[in-house]
Parts: sequence; C-alpha cells; structure tokens
Amino acid sequence: MGRFVLRRLLQSVVVLLGVTLVVFLLLQLVPGDPVRVALGTRFDQQTYDALRERSGLDRPLVVQYLSYVGHALTGDLGVSFRSGQPVTTIVLERLPATLSLAVTAVLLALLVAFPLGVLSAVRSGSFVDHAARVFSQFGVSVPDFWTGIMGILLFAGVLGWLPPSGYVALTDDPAGWASHVALPATAVGLVTASILTRFIRSSVLEVLAEDYVRTAEAKGLRRRVVVVRHVLRNALIPVVTVVGVQLASLVGGVQLASLVGGVIVIEVLFAWPGIGRLTYDAVQARDYPVLQGAVLFVATLFLLTNLLVDVLYARLDPRIRLR
Amino acid sequence: MNAPVVPSPRAAGDAPVLAIDDLTVTLGTRNGPARAVAGVDWSVAPGRTLALVGESGSGKSMTVLAATGLAPRSATVTGRVRLLGRELTTMSEPERRRWRGRHVGFVFQDPMTTLNPVLTVGRQVTEACEEHLGMSRRQARARAVELLDLVGIPAPDRRVDAHPHQFSGGMRQRVVIAMALACEPELLIADEPTTALDVTTQAQIVELVADLRRRLGTAVVWITHDLGVVAGIADTVAVMYGGRIVEQGPVDAVFGAPGHPYTRALLAARPRPGAAGEELAAIPGAPPSPLALPDGCAFWPRCPVRGDARCAHELPPLTPITPGHRVRTFYPLPDGPSTGDGPSTGDGPSTGDGPSIGGGPSIGGGPATGDGRRVSGDREQLHREDR
Amino acid sequence: MSADHPAATVTEPGTVRRTVTALRHDPPAVAGTVVLLVLLVVGLAGQWLAPAGTNDVDVDQMLRPPSGAHPFGTDELGRDVLSRVLVAARVSLQVGLVSVGIALAVGVSVGLLAGWYGGWADNLLMRGMDVLFAFPVLLLAVAIVAVLGPGLVTAMVAVGVVYTPIFARVTRASVLAVREQVFVRAAVSIGASDLRILRRHVLPNIAAPLIVQTSLSLAFAILSEAALSFLGLGVQPPAPAWGRMLYDGRGFVTDAWWLGFFPGAAIFLTVLAFNLVGDALRDVLDPRQLTVSEARRSSR
Repeated sequence: MGRFVLRRLLQSVVVLLGVTLVVFLLLQLVPGDPVRVALGTRFDQQTYDALRERSGLDRPLVVQYLSYVGHALTGDLGVSFRSGQPVTTIVLERLPATLSLAVTAVLLALLVAFPLGVLSAVRSGSFVDHAARVFSQFGVSVPDFWTGIMGILLFAGVLGWLPPSGYVALTDDPAGWASHVALPATAVGLVTASILTRFIRSSVLEVLAEDYVRTAEAKGLRRRVVVVRHVLRNALIPVVTVVGVQLASLVGGVQLASLVGGVIVIEVLFAWPGIGRLTYDAVQARDYPVLQGAVLFVATLFLLTNLLVDVLYARLDPRIRLR
Repeated sequence: MNAPVVPSPRAAGDAPVLAIDDLTVTLGTRNGPARAVAGVDWSVAPGRTLALVGESGSGKSMTVLAATGLAPRSATVTGRVRLLGRELTTMSEPERRRWRGRHVGFVFQDPMTTLNPVLTVGRQVTEACEEHLGMSRRQARARAVELLDLVGIPAPDRRVDAHPHQFSGGMRQRVVIAMALACEPELLIADEPTTALDVTTQAQIVELVADLRRRLGTAVVWITHDLGVVAGIADTVAVMYGGRIVEQGPVDAVFGAPGHPYTRALLAARPRPGAAGEELAAIPGAPPSPLALPDGCAFWPRCPVRGDARCAHELPPLTPITPGHRVRTFYPLPDGPSTGDGPSTGDGPSTGDGPSIGGGPSIGGGPATGDGRRVSGDREQLHREDR
Repeated sequence: MSADHPAATVTEPGTVRRTVTALRHDPPAVAGTVVLLVLLVVGLAGQWLAPAGTNDVDVDQMLRPPSGAHPFGTDELGRDVLSRVLVAARVSLQVGLVSVGIALAVGVSVGLLAGWYGGWADNLLMRGMDVLFAFPVLLLAVAIVAVLGPGLVTAMVAVGVVYTPIFARVTRASVLAVREQVFVRAAVSIGASDLRILRRHVLPNIAAPLIVQTSLSLAFAILSEAALSFLGLGVQPPAPAWGRMLYDGRGFVTDAWWLGFFPGAAIFLTVLAFNLVGDALRDVLDPRQLTVSEARRSSR
C-alpha cells in the first residue's frame, strides 16, 4: 500500500512539473510583450517597468522558470497585471463558489445516476433500462449551457421561481445560495448524471457476468443479497474513481467523459464568481498571471484528486492494496 | 448396477438424490435459438458419483445449470428435475433458491474467478449457512474454520480472514469445495473442477472430493472431459455429444465395452501413462454448433463408422445393450467382450458399412477396449482400498 | 456455457460488411447517420440553402418570433436565425473534423512510437501526454486560445491538442496488446522492418478502437468548439457560430426563446448524431466485448 501510494505520488510530481512548464511556456507564446499587451490603453512607463520587474520578465528564461516554480512551491503565483493583487489570494477567493457548485452538481447527479444505473443493469432489457439509456445518450450530447439557458427561460422567465443568475455565499444565506445554485447545478448535473448512469450500468453489468456472481446464486442467496453484497461492492470500485474524477474535472471546467462544458461556461452564463469565471475574465483582460495561476491551480487540484481517488480505490480493492 | 454399494450414513434406501428426465434447454442467441441440451435423463443415488463426460459445448454444464435454475435468462428449460423427491422445474425461483446451496453445492471450473475478490474466504464459505440455516455471523465464522480444516487448508483459524488472492489455485479450489459443502448438501455438483489446475493439484482435488464423498455420503455429479478422472472416481458415466446422451452406464461397462463410436474415439484420444511416444488419436472435425444440429445423429459427420443415410436423417434411440448400459446408435459395436449378451438392435450389423469400426484409421486402430479393461482394473483396486 | 460466441477483429474478412449490416439494423444508428448526412449537405451548401444573408441587419425586424418569413425568428439585429444556424453548421463541422484529424494524426503517431519501442521513448512520450491530460480539457483550450488569439484556426489547434492524449493512449494500449500476439512476433522473428510490421500488422489491428474513438471524439470536439465560441474564443463575429449565437442571445432569452433554442438544438442534434453512430460502432467493434466473449469461451 505504502509503495503504491509513493509511486503514484512520484508520478504526480513529475506530471506536475510538466504542467508548470506548459503553464510557464504559455506566457512565452503570447505574441509581443505580454505586459504591454495587458496594459493596453492604460500604458504608462512607470507601471510598465514596475510590472515587468515584479513579474521577473526581464530575466533569462531558465531563471524565470526556476523562480516561477520556486515561488509556486511557496504558494506565490505572482501578481495580477490588472489589480496588482497576489494571484493566489484571488484564486482562493473564488474557490468556495466553484466547489459548492461542483459538489452540488455531482451529488444531484449521483442521486439520479446510482438508482438508474443499477436498476438498468439488474433489469437489463426492461423499460427502465431503455429509459436510462435514452436519458444518458441525450444527456451526454446536450450542451450544458443550452440546458442552462432553457432552464433560465423556464424557471426564471416563464415561472419566475428562481433567479436567472448571480451568487450568494452558502455561509451568508443558505436559502439564497440554494435558489441560486439550483439552475447551474442542474445544468451541469444532468450531463454528469448521464455519464455516471452509463458508467454505473456497464460496471454493474460487467460484474453481473462474473463467475463469482454465479457462485453466489448457486449458494441460494437472495437476489438482493447477491446484488448488494457481491455485485455492488465490486461494481462500485471503478465508480468511485469516476465520481472523483468527475468532481475534479468539474472544478476545472470539464467533465471526464464529455470532456467539455463544465463549470467554466456555466459560471460565465450564470455570473457565478468561481474559478471558471475568473479564468474567463483573465482571458478577456489579458491578465496572464491570473490565467496562469488559475490553470496551474486547477490542474494541481485535478492531479491531487486523481491521486486521492487512486488511493481510495486501492483501499477498496484488496487486490491492489496488497500489491 | 454392479458397482459396490458404498455405505452412507444418510443414504435412506436407493432413491436417487437427483433425477433428471427428458431435460431440454434452448438458448435464445443473437443468431437464433440454440438447442444446448436435448432430452437428457439420468439420476444419481446417495453416496454415488455420476460422471458427465463430453467436449466443450456438448451441453454437460448446461444440463446441471438448467436443472438447478442457474441457466441464463435467455434459456427455455423443459423436462422434469426431481431433487430429493421434489420437482424443481415447477417451483418458483425463490423456492428453488432455498434448495440451492442447502441441498446442492456447486464447485465451478476456475477457482481464480469463482471467488469474490473483495470478500474474505470465511465469509464466502459460510454465507449460505447464514441464509439457509439461520446461523449468526459468529457461528458462521466458526463453521468456516471447521470447513477449511476439513478440506485441508493449513492454519484455518488464520486463513479464514484472508482474501481469495492470497491463496494458490489449488487452495482456492479447496475453499470452493468447503463452500459447496457448507450446508452439508445431499448433492455436490462439480463442473470441471480440475481443468484450470496443474496436474499434481488436480490429483489432490480429485482425491479430496472422493474422500469427502466417502466421509459425508454426498452424491456427486462430476462434469469433465478428462476420462482418466472418470475412471478413478465415478460409479456411472454419461457421455454427451451435441446436447444428447450418446452412451450411459456403469463405468466398467462403458470403459470396458464402449458401444458408441464417439466413446471409443474419446477413449482412444486419451493420453495414457506408459504409452509415451505413441501418437494420440485426435477426433477429426469439430463438434456441431447448437445453432444447427442435424436431424439425425449429431456425430454422424465425424463418425468413423459412418453407417448410412439413415444415421444422417434419423435420430438413433438410446438402446440398452446390457442392463444399465445404453447406447445411442443403430449399430452397437459387437466387438466388446460384454456386448454379446446385450440385446441386439436387430438390423444393425447386417448393414454393409456397419461393422467396419475398429479399422477407422483416424481413431488409432481401436486399442480402446483393451485399455478400458486396464482402467477398470485400477478402479477395482481403488474400491478395495476404499473399504 | 454451450452457445458459441465468435470473436471479431477488424482484420477478419467481412468486418466492414458485418458492421454495415449491424448498423442498418440499429434504429438509433440509422437516425444518427441520417442526421449526419443532412448535416453534411448543410455544411457544404449552407449559404445556398439559407433564405437570407447571415448578416442582413434589419432594424424593423428585431427580435421577431418564428413566422413564415423567419421560421426560426430574428435576432436582436433583425438577422434571420435560420440562415445563421444553417451557415454555422460548416464552422462546427470544420472545427470538429480538422481538430480530430490533428489529434488522430499526432496521437496515433505518439502511441505507435511509445507502444512499439517502449523504454525511454515510451516513458518520455506518455509522460508528455499525461501532462496534457492533467489539464482540464476546456481550460487548456481556453488557455491556448487566450495566448494565440481567438479565431477559427486557433480553435482547431486548441481542440486538436486537447484530444491528442486520448488517441495516444488508445493506440498505445492496442499496440501493446497486438505486439505480443503470435503473428506479430512471427513477423519480428523473420526480420520484417518495423515500419512494415506497424503498417501491415499493427495498424489494421488497432483500427477498430481508433474508429470508435474518432467518432466519439467528433461529438466531444463539436461540443468543445461550441463552448469555446460561447466564450467568444471561437470563430469571430460577424461570422455565425452556434455557441456564439447562444452567448449573444442569452440576455434576451426570457423575451425571445428562439434565440436560445434553435442554435442549442442544432448543437445537441449534431453531437447526438455523432454519439449514436459512435456507440453503435463501439457495440460492433469494441475490443472489450471481444474479451468478454473470449472469457466466456474459455470458461466452458
């Protein structure tokens, strides 16, 4: 177990170094002088020099990279070209909004996907199964920002039940937060639910075909016992992974399987002040340090979640644990 | 039956533990219905062992799975199956479920896949006792230790909490056997339990089952394609081909005087100790697809005897040639020592092609009969040791 | 088990015919194919099919609901929504096809090299792919576009880069499986050149998973393009794009539902069609099903 975790940890560190390199090089690819581009019409020599120096852009490339990594290790991701605030502070401020949205979406998705996926596998070929397959096929094909717009049209426009956009912190006003999170979380959750339904269904189906399930049936166990004790435990091991990755990718603005949409677009649509919205604003404002910082932060979070999920996977599956 | 009666503590008379009559299984497949089993009947008495022999796809596994309600959902099962005098086919599935595990234990082929990887072996061995006998978790665990000890697993009180991947293949099969015997069933069904194991382990598992049968008086249905095992363990044997029984009878009779060309070919195709260097006789051709079974004898296309057009179009009946020894052929082979006193089917031997049997070059000149005798000799010896 | 389940590989003769036959008997696949054919026509001939110009601004016809003259209504500048939706099909298909083409070409090459040669080449290449994979897809695409400047070409490159690792992984896994098979080892043992073995033996055997992955990736690539253009990072105005139309229309949606409905429905149908065909292909060609049938066979 320890060696397994250590190996995965080392792998993650290597990948993370690669990630910092890519993020760092992004800035070098900007045509022209990024500081100048960022300042645009607000250009004046004094601000320009100050920013250049604080960003270390006047030093050689290798030195810049090493100092970027060094600073990143101490939690220093540079300062915003716009506000001069530390990027780390800005990113962390936006984290709760994104996390609360992503977690709500995944929970909503699980609420639908778990019963639907399991039922559809256990009663494969039945009406429930067909309905589940149509649902998941449509769900992975629908752009969540379209579902979001349609949701706004129906629940904010026609019915007037929910606010069309905006954000209230969960800690300030739980009810307000809930009414604001409902639409965006449903839009994202629908896609996630379809992916999970599909995944849970095929995972359960696969386990149902295993020899040990036939053994359990040969022992004369009740169907419910066979499904719960022998099928679900095995089928859910891979599902845990996918749920974890889903969560991680939602935070980062993607979904594992559909690999698109996710919260960046939804945050823009619903004016939800999370990391996605921050990234979008940074792109619009050409605030490259913020863009870099947000991307690096999310990629790191993504890697860490994957690592965590792998460890969890190992705990659940004794075959891996003892390897 | 001429096999010696093995005294069994639970054998109340000779009423069969399991009796199958006219069992037919049709599977719905993507390419249409496949008749996997057709009109099979046999029975097994308390404390006895029936060997079900045949190639892959001959329907031998499907017979027992269908009989006990474990056939795939796409299967249509007809016929009669009586377990301890109770008809299983008309039972509801929940009712039949209470008989499985309680009165019938199963050992499947590959111990690497038949155990659930995430549960401890102890839990798996006796979870059926919690279900059927109302044991508590603690009682079940204690019983599991006992059973693991019974099947020869060292340090059972420690191993009971281990996971399946911590056991070798042979040890896992012992665990599976312990599991099958957990509720002291009257019948043990072993579906190719040694096929996935290496040779030394195979012998140990065969010996273990034979020993447990003696001690517990359990009836055994042993499914295999290994005739060597059959000779060592079974009292009666049923040979299946293309979903039907082609020959059935006491092991001595079937091995000593095989009546069906297929049985003879199987016996000839068997590797024998002391026959090193001799060429093994393969049976040319492949078994028929259950999707397209012929009207007549399913073995006809591969048959070295090759009767006549009648074999191709008309199904030969299962004909008794000696008491308890039945063969599905129009032309029971006349060359075995014991065949002479069996009732002749009449028109068989008169056909010109019929008697050209032993000469079929592909089945290796037919040493089968002589060899069969040798095997049955071994068997007698084994039985003497038993007593 | 008694029934025989024949296994399939792409090299088996008649696979193409078998695949086509299977798809023809699969209603969702037929529906998907029909939609894709319609899309192809619209993509090629959108300008001529459109009843009006995509940028015919008409201040007297602003935000008109669907009618005979404007079946999909008009937008905030009085432009005909139907015409814009039709013309935008080309952009979506273009970005989808080109970006998946890029991902396929680069990913397969990387996967072949890594899987065939193994060792340090494998390590280096696949760690590189891991790095790309560590980025959330859309975020990476956004970052690339932000740096290179928005537009059609950058959108294609960005989406292409993002999908490259998947193809590399699928290819590598398949190569590893094929490499150990007897016919490949035989070819190696008689001294056939690497290139020849890769082309003659390996590629045909990994075609099935690649075909499946391609059709599914097309669906995701089109969704990605729509998301990028929703964020204003795709093809630039005034050229119409479905995602951008949704973004521009979002402020009016409670008053003019058609602005939000039709472009989104177009994305949905396109992606659904690719998914339906991709799923049907996977059912026929999927290597996983192959292993299941093999497992069944050996368990008898």
